[in-house]
Amino acid sequence: MITLSLLDLSLAALLVVALALSSLRIYPKIAMQLAVAALRTAIQLTLIGLVLKVLFANSHLLWVALLSLFMLAVAGREVMARQHRRFSGWWGYGIGALSMFISSFSVALFALLVVIGNQPWYEPQYAIPLLGMLLGNTMNGIALALDRLTSAASEQRDVIEARLMLGHGRDEAIADIRQQVFRTGLIPIINAMAAAGIVSLPGMMTGQILAGAPPVEAVKYQILIMFLIAGGAGFGTLAAMHFGVKRLFDKRLRLRLDRLAR
Amino acid sequence: MLIVENLSCAVLEGVSFRLDDGELVALSGASGSGKTRLLRAIADLDLNRGEVRLDGVLREEIDPRSWRRRVACLPAESRWWAERVGEHFRDPEGVPFDRLGLDPAIPGWRVDRLSSGERQRLAILRLLENRPRVLLLDEPTANLDPRSTERVETLVREYLDSDAASCLWVTHAADQIARIASRRLQLAGGVLLEEAA
Repeated sequence: MITLSLLDLSLAALLVVALALSSLRIYPKIAMQLAVAALRTAIQLTLIGLVLKVLFANSHLLWVALLSLFMLAVAGREVMARQHRRFSGWWGYGIGALSMFISSFSVALFALLVVIGNQPWYEPQYAIPLLGMLLGNTMNGIALALDRLTSAASEQRDVIEARLMLGHGRDEAIADIRQQVFRTGLIPIINAMAAAGIVSLPGMMTGQILAGAPPVEAVKYQILIMFLIAGGAGFGTLAAMHFGVKRLFDKRLRLRLDRLAR
Repeated sequence: MLIVENLSCAVLEGVSFRLDDGELVALSGASGSGKTRLLRAIADLDLNRGEVRLDGVLREEIDPRSWRRRVACLPAESRWWAERVGEHFRDPEGVPFDRLGLDPAIPGWRVDRLSSGERQRLAILRLLENRPRVLLLDEPTANLDPRSTERVETLVREYLDSDAASCLWVTHAADQIARIASRRLQLAGGVLLEEAA
């Protein structure tokens, strides 16, 4: 394995700097966001590298659990930030975070306990990267799905209410939107699975191969990860949709768009 | 019989009235006076306070879906979600399309091909399919020519008589009120005034 030096990374960073400078004239706000995001990547990944180093040296369930919860909390905030019309109050944070918790954590536990079967099962070398991959991808699916749900419900308010006026129930009244939302949540992972290996070499696998792992082993892990992500993102989307739809209607089956923040 | 007592919502204040079986009551008022809000509040689509009873039973004791089938609200503009007309009816075979001057083959038509008048008439038939006890109609003949208007008026009148149902009909046309309504209610600034027709 060829170890990367600070100089190597700085050369790559020049690419981002060049891009930021070029976009300065077209859209200064994006240039700024690009710079901040690149800086965050460098700092956050360095920090997590240090944290993992310490964690690998003292693998203890408590530390793994704490780091997992911290990752979940940040992912929940990220989901909330990506909504155009989010649920107001704690719901805006809670629905996304709870859905991610249910899907990512249970899929990660399933993979660690049943599929990988390491001793101890919470070995951070497996648990943290796995959970990270799952959280990252379910976060995308859930953020897209919730955004679609709330914006479609606002746009199609008249249709939903027309159906309610005819005595339709919640599920009937929102049937079309539900399909769109589910599709929105699942399309990224479906596309990723369909293109994997032909159009794109997935990042995890590429990283493993660059780091010197035998290709076939890397591929096996990548397939595992893909399936886990599909499960995590799919069930996460289902959960988010379930809680979201529930919150959109009240006990008297009124469409409550006032529960969305403006 | 529908009894509304002290109904209040964002723009309405303590509205009370009753609709007897077989009765057709006209509702009018300047735009923004809360006519649509009143219909929506009775159908329980917006948050509201007050008591609404149908045949002595309090609204909250009835499942919201059954409530809206029995107390049926027709919005001023109809909405359609499926591709074909027939998909919006439970049993298109049993719907008297010809009574409102519509082609009996209309269930097979595409919704986006319909004129606004056709949509309006279809929406009324769609609502009647639930056989509601109370009709809350928001300007049901606003887009219709005189002949279609007369057909709708006759159909609703016959329905009220045959099912002993009642109807609150939002309209501004004085001649229509004289033709169809036994009483007239007027909304002004969220408060209800009653005038004899």
